[in-house]
Amino acid sequence: MILFLAAQRFPPPEFSETGHKLPGFNTPLPRGPWLEHLDVIVLLAALALAAWLALRRRSRRGLVALGIFSLLYFGFWRKGCICSIGSIQNMAQGLADSSFGVPATVLAFGLAPLVFALLFGRVFCSAVCPHGALQDLMLIKPVRVPVWLEHGLRLIPYIYLGLALVFAATGGGYIICQYDPFVTIFRLSGSVLMVACGIGLLVLGMFVGRPYCRFLCPYGVLLGFASSVSKWRVRITPDTCTQCRLCEQSCPFDAINKSTIDAPSRSMTTDKRLLAAMILLLPVLLIAGGLLGGVTGKNLARKHRIVNLAERVYLEETGKESGTTDASAAFRVTGEPVENLYADARTVRDRYVLAGRLCGLWIALVIGGKLIMLAIRRKRHDYEADQTRCLACARCFTDCPQELQRLGLSVPEGVPLAPPL
Amino acid sequence: MNRRDFFRNMIRGATVLGLGGVFVDLVRKVKADGTVWQIDPWKCIQCGRCATECVLEQSAVKCVHSFNMCGYCRLCTGYFEPQPNKLNTAAENQLCPTGAIFRTFVEDPYYEYTINESLCVGCAKCVKGCTMFGNGSLHLQIRHDRCLNCNECSIARACPSDAIHRVPVAQPYKFKSRESTS
Ligand code: SF4
Ligand code: SF4
Ligand code: SF4
Ligand code: SF4
Ligand code: SF4
Repeated sequence: MILFLAAQRFPPPEFSETGHKLPGFNTPLPRGPWLEHLDVIVLLAALALAAWLALRRRSRRGLVALGIFSLLYFGFWRKGCICSIGSIQNMAQGLADSSFGVPATVLAFGLAPLVFALLFGRVFCSAVCPHGALQDLMLIKPVRVPVWLEHGLRLIPYIYLGLALVFAATGGGYIICQYDPFVTIFRLSGSVLMVACGIGLLVLGMFVGRPYCRFLCPYGVLLGFASSVSKWRVRITPDTCTQCRLCEQSCPFDAINKSTIDAPSRSMTTDKRLLAAMILLLPVLLIAGGLLGGVTGKNLARKHRIVNLAERVYLEETGKESGTTDASAAFRVTGEPVENLYADARTVRDRYVLAGRLCGLWIALVIGGKLIMLAIRRKRHDYEADQTRCLACARCFTDCPQELQRLGLSVPEGVPLAPPL
Repeated sequence: MNRRDFFRNMIRGATVLGLGGVFVDLVRKVKADGTVWQIDPWKCIQCGRCATECVLEQSAVKCVHSFNMCGYCRLCTGYFEPQPNKLNTAAENQLCPTGAIFRTFVEDPYYEYTINESLCVGCAKCVKGCTMFGNGSLHLQIRHDRCLNCNECSIARACPSDAIHRVPVAQPYKFKSRESTS
């Protein structure tokens, strides 16, 4: 260890004449840990309240109020950080890299909404997530997205999730945070591009219900998965569905599965053939996905700091590029041998190739699974909220005459009612 | 229990196990105390991105001064332009674009240089001057009364010298001092 004092060009003075005292450092402290614990407590309380409001109380008004609170607390006051959506990246990096520590708060934000989704469905989305709450409040005149477009766009979150986990697990950065459109609105600052995206999505969200939630949110994929097997669930009707079709159009997020009672039937053989074809297609998709993923991973690795730096240094070493960049200059200062850098870069690249292959397999599985699901025609007796897609917003409840009866409100004429329980 | 319910229970059980696995693995690595972002001033090459890359309109990075390293020079290379007209406090002689450094006479020939943080934009111009030709006592630090502690610091992502990392919340600064080594 060299004492830096030796390198000082101008020896610090003693101030023998005036006896001048040297000022110290001013050290403003970070937010206290107890406030972080408070965040977790507020999160858990909000989740429990949302579950109660959506499943028991069946109160849209209560959920709106809770949504406004969450938007103010987690959004504008906490400036959108830390959020559950982004926390999956910390968790992925923690799982992939044994030296990476995940703060307890982040772990709680990542897992609590998933556990609640396993029990009660996506109550996090209904009124706890500030992103969801912001979009939910912006929705004024919902229009329907064409079915084919809806199905196509709904694949994006799966791909986004795969990519985000690739980058996080390889130490290549947190793209969910980097491209978060709403955090710029919570902070009232950010890059021009992201501010424009945020405003654009909000304007779109006035007509298309929760565009980020449906067509982008990577955390929503996990929540949907957990919710699809949840113990309790959001029910449109409080008791029996009489197939009155009144709720059919009430969901702005296309989350209501229609009754198939009146659906025209297709011949069994066509159905079976279609299904067989889709199942045979799956392995082909998987192989293609794995191969493409590996190649893509290799290319994505070039965005990683170390790989990028190694490529630059290699060009400089071989005389193909003259001069230095800020990064290569900083590297030269450290005096580290270039071979070490190249070796590091190779390790990073290998990790990207592996992660890319896994991501490719995942995307193939999602697309293949989607095709298979489309080929399977499930029989459904009642109108039901789809457990994967339903955001537990409670909008559809009061369209159901049984609910109106429960609330003691007047029921439209000529509508069949179930006998009161 | 019908067949469908049985499968749902199976999947739910598997998901619980999966989440439990993730939880157990991560809990072993959990940092009970949080972390915050900080600059290692010995790695920083004063590229200037700290002023522009922060998500805040006014960067959370400010210049701080390690007085026990400072030479209290009359001709401070962090304060003055390379060839100043006069060694006075006129704005055209100053390196700092916002005039955030205050120069006060202490005793002949020594001057003290203090940063006014509300004016400083973290551009590192003074830091560069001080590091290249002076004692390197001026340096940049993320100020935690301003920093939002983003999940990923957007300056860290852009920093060419990989100088910004998470540090334990109990030691939130990496000040330069006479005793710390490069
Ligand atoms: S889908 Fe995503 S963004 Fe929307 S409410 Fe749920 S977690 Fe939040
Ligand atoms: S509660 Fe009803 S309206 Fe709301 S998302 Fe679910 S199905 Fe759609
Ligand atoms: S981005 Fe990095 S190198 Fe540039 S001024 Fe900030 S800390 Fe220093
Ligand atoms: S030169 Fe830049 S970093 Fe130094 S005090 Fe002025 S604004 Fe701050
Ligand atoms: S963590 Fe965020 S607020 Fe803090 S310095 Fe980095 S970008 Fe700025």
